[in-house]
Amino acid sequence: MELALLIDFGSTYTKVTCADMQNETIVGTARAFSTVETGIMEGFLKALRDLEGSAGLSSPPYKYKFACSSAAGGLRLVAVGLIPDLTVEAAKRAALGAGARVIGVYAHELTGAEVGKIEGQRPDIILLAGGTDGGNKDVMIHNAGMLAGMHLEVPVIVAGNKSAAEQVKAILEKGGKDVRVTANVMPELNVLNIDPARETIREVFLEKIVAAKGLKTAEEYIDRVLMPTPAAVLNAAELLARGYGEEQGLGDLVVVDVGGATTDVHSLAAGEPTKAGISWKGLPEPFAKRTVEGDLGMRYSAQALLEAAGVQRLARICRLPADEIVGYVEKVGSNPDLLCSDDISRTVDDAMAYTAVDLAVERHVGKIDVIYTPFGASYIQTGKDLTEVKYVIGTGGVIVFHPDPGLIMKGTLFDQARPAVLKPINPQLLIDRQYIMAGMGLLAEVDPVASLRIMKKYLEEIHIEQGRML
Amino acid sequence: MEQQPTVILGVIGADVHAIGNRILAYALEQSGFKVVNIGVLTSQEEFINAAVETGAGAILVSSLYGHGEMDCRGMREKAVEAGIGNILIYVGGNLVIGKREWNEVEKIYTNMGFDRVYPPGTLPDDVLPQLRQDLGLK
Repeated sequence: MELALLIDFGSTYTKVTCADMQNETIVGTARAFSTVETGIMEGFLKALRDLEGSAGLSSPPYKYKFACSSAAGGLRLVAVGLIPDLTVEAAKRAALGAGARVIGVYAHELTGAEVGKIEGQRPDIILLAGGTDGGNKDVMIHNAGMLAGMHLEVPVIVAGNKSAAEQVKAILEKGGKDVRVTANVMPELNVLNIDPARETIREVFLEKIVAAKGLKTAEEYIDRVLMPTPAAVLNAAELLARGYGEEQGLGDLVVVDVGGATTDVHSLAAGEPTKAGISWKGLPEPFAKRTVEGDLGMRYSAQALLEAAGVQRLARICRLPADEIVGYVEKVGSNPDLLCSDDISRTVDDAMAYTAVDLAVERHVGKIDVIYTPFGASYIQTGKDLTEVKYVIGTGGVIVFHPDPGLIMKGTLFDQARPAVLKPINPQLLIDRQYIMAGMGLLAEVDPVASLRIMKKYLEEIHIEQGRML
Repeated sequence: MEQQPTVILGVIGADVHAIGNRILAYALEQSGFKVVNIGVLTSQEEFINAAVETGAGAILVSSLYGHGEMDCRGMREKAVEAGIGNILIYVGGNLVIGKREWNEVEKIYTNMGFDRVYPPGTLPDDVLPQLRQDLGLK
């Protein structure tokens, strides 16, 4: 037996997974309530005792002890760029790919009021972009000046026009900021280069954020906090899609993660048009793409979900009176640790989860627009065509612990009534029953083959019964 | 070495004529321009956003399907709004429907704020010297 202990410090729970790398099995999993305020170690040690107790182990030697974290609000990032559809979007994608929570997005020249707002948002990192290489310099230089005068100690990552980067660095350093310069997120128009910025964000996370989030005490017991939790999930998904060496991957796939505050969607697919005669517009899509919906969540964002979907839509799905739904949403929104307890709360929770999945996947996937020209109709695709994706994987508490997760996962699928929304048509659905995706993303750093094989073994196939509805 | 001048190239509106656009891109590249070709089916906003982000010196708009007048209206004003009001904007192609006097067509477009207007059949060699001159290059 060669054991790896994989820990996910969440905002409300600490989850631990113990994997046996030789036999490629999960030895056990456990979770315990914990927050940064109550002390991160307490929850972790309790979860560890539970895990070792139920697995019949007593302080076994762990070859690796790795952690990821979304504790204390996750990795909070503000992205600044020039044009909203261009360098701002590129910077946002780099940040999301690094597992950050993008709490603010700014375009064009920053104003004094906007700088004040950033100070109030207290980000962990600022990502500053703007201009293609050799393109516009003025705006990023102006923005560096504004950020330099900010009353906030925050690392700034510069990922804009290379011709202005040095000047920008000097301006920010003069303002006493910790500055890192990396490659431009958009070196040429509509060409994305987000990996260097992703790497730099991760470096800063490891160097500074881990300590700032009260996780340093945890590092005395474990080897390292390696990355933010969403980055670990994306890492696992990418390994699962691509495979490693001789060990084959599953091919194109989508991962949906419904949480208390957000719903994350990861797609691992090129997403090129699958039908002839369609032109692809907009920014090129990264193979590994993550989007986060901050207004679609089961608890902290329950109220926002209700507003995004509309009470009528939820009422139609769960066939309950509107006021009952509104009442329940208010209750869980203000008591995030509340679990559903009776039939009514279960029904509303199911409807909320279904709607979160439905909307989050809809926003993630590409769309087809029809333009009528003098030569007939032209079809334009923006975003990824995921209609032919082979697997869709569900994770997150509400899906993982659900007796019939197919009901919720249906929300990920293509809707005949809305053919312009390019959702998966006929994928195999998989459920992360043991809640191991984040852990496997960590294990992938040292033993990708074991990580891949364990995922292939433990992700559970489910089938949707025809005609069954929520 | 002097920095290459950047120009934005594209076909505006619902127009899908791709071939002339490629030829023009090739000719411009051969004569030392950095060409940012945003292709067919392009909106005014896309031209302008591209010019802002790349710091381009000129926008070259093609229109071959006769609806250019409708597609190009308000483009200069949008450039002004975007802070690049002084950028050179050229247009060329089959710019109107039916047979109309060239002088008249040219006037429609110069009134819209286009710096130069080219009729069908214009060769790149006619445009390049004027572009260099307008950009203040030798």
